[in-house]
Amino acid sequence: MARVTASVYTSHVPAIGVALDLGKTDEDYWQPLFAGYQPSKQWMADNTPDVIFLVYNDHATAFSLDVIPTFAIGTAAAFRVADEGWGPRPVPDVIGHPVLAAHIAQEVIMQDFDLTVVNKLPVDHGLTVPLSLMFGQPGGGRPGGGRDAAWPCPVIPFAVNVVQYPVPSGRRCLALGRAIRRAIESYPEDLDVQVWGTGGMSHQLQGPRAGLINPEFDNAFLDSLIADPEATAEIPHVDYIREAGSEGIELVMWLIARGAMSDMSDQGGPTPTVRHRFYHVPASNTAVGHLILEETV
Amino acid sequence: MAAEQRAAPSTTTTAQGAKPYDDVPGTTIFDTDQARKGYWLNQFAASLMSAANRTRFLADERAYLDEWEMTEEQKQAVLDRDLNRMIALGGNIYFLARIGATDGRSFQQMAGSMTGMSEEDYRAMMVAGGRTPQGNRYRSEWEASGGPNSTPNDQGAAQAEGQKG
Repeated sequence: MARVTASVYTSHVPAIGVALDLGKTDEDYWQPLFAGYQPSKQWMADNTPDVIFLVYNDHATAFSLDVIPTFAIGTAAAFRVADEGWGPRPVPDVIGHPVLAAHIAQEVIMQDFDLTVVNKLPVDHGLTVPLSLMFGQPGGGRPGGGRDAAWPCPVIPFAVNVVQYPVPSGRRCLALGRAIRRAIESYPEDLDVQVWGTGGMSHQLQGPRAGLINPEFDNAFLDSLIADPEATAEIPHVDYIREAGSEGIELVMWLIARGAMSDMSDQGGPTPTVRHRFYHVPASNTAVGHLILEETV
Repeated sequence: MAAEQRAAPSTTTTAQGAKPYDDVPGTTIFDTDQARKGYWLNQFAASLMSAANRTRFLADERAYLDEWEMTEEQKQAVLDRDLNRMIALGGNIYFLARIGATDGRSFQQMAGSMTGMSEEDYRAMMVAGGRTPQGNRYRSEWEASGGPNSTPNDQGAAQAEGQKG
């Protein structure tokens, strides 16, 4: 049977992708950030899963205002890297896992979460920056040279609307994570699956309040996400907006990954092991947060 | 957080009355009301994800804008590259970022341009830990103080460090 082995949480700032793609990672500005992901790259090399279920948000890339799915699962065989206005990132297209994705769609919809099923889904920095951070740049990090390489494992993209309100509640996201875990565990093939939650932490990209960062909120969120996800799930939208900036709302997506861990399941389980925790300000306009939670065995 | 906030039926938006986020200063939440106003403005901006459209837009901005059912006010805000105005008229930052990308501007340059700070000052604020939440949580705080608090989070720490040294 398939199983969830770990969950990974990380910000997905576009400027991090630019720094990687232009070979700027050793610059004074960026060095502390990439140093914080060094242990993660080693951990990924030691714990490469068979599939990553990657929760992210589309930034008005695949979805315009014509169609706004609250939760969308990518069931295609491959997903091309989108041109977000600066040209596509020089990283490989993402290979999907259509059979597992279709199974999860079936099992999650039967648990009353009405997912949108998407086969044409160009993926933006929300999905590719976390892959670059955790795996390093495919193709040996040659600037602009990674298009022909490959990511180390298939990825199922799972897009959440956090751009146009109403966006889903934290409570709904945590419950969805639980449903995703049940779906993964009912898949007959023996697969190791990681569930990633991305976006955040505090940031505001618009208006006269742009640039807001709240380290106290962010660190309290990390503590609470680890130890008391049920309480974290009760944070109302307006608290994210006020405390973590208008774009800090992306953090609700972390609750989907957290809901997929065994201690949140019906059977219950041990609190996950914190394999790595990192926090850094700034990456461009944003506070970067990162966690690796392993199932405790 | 207050219990009554949690119990509120919606933390998002309705067509009726006040919204829970109305009292957050310097912030426009892209909700269904804003999206309705900004539909064509945002769809125009989304069209700039294609290199061919970027070229055509830059060659004759006015002509390109006239192909869209935008209001004159929205078109003028685009021509002026006035992001705060575009957001007031229903724009969303992720859509509007396509205009910035077409101009070769980064997210940091775009965000900074909305704060009234110079690009250098905004960057310095971010490097020093970003804008503090202190004094920036409620409209009433801005009304009392005359506007946003642009003090960076690390200034207190930096000053303490300086005193030590």
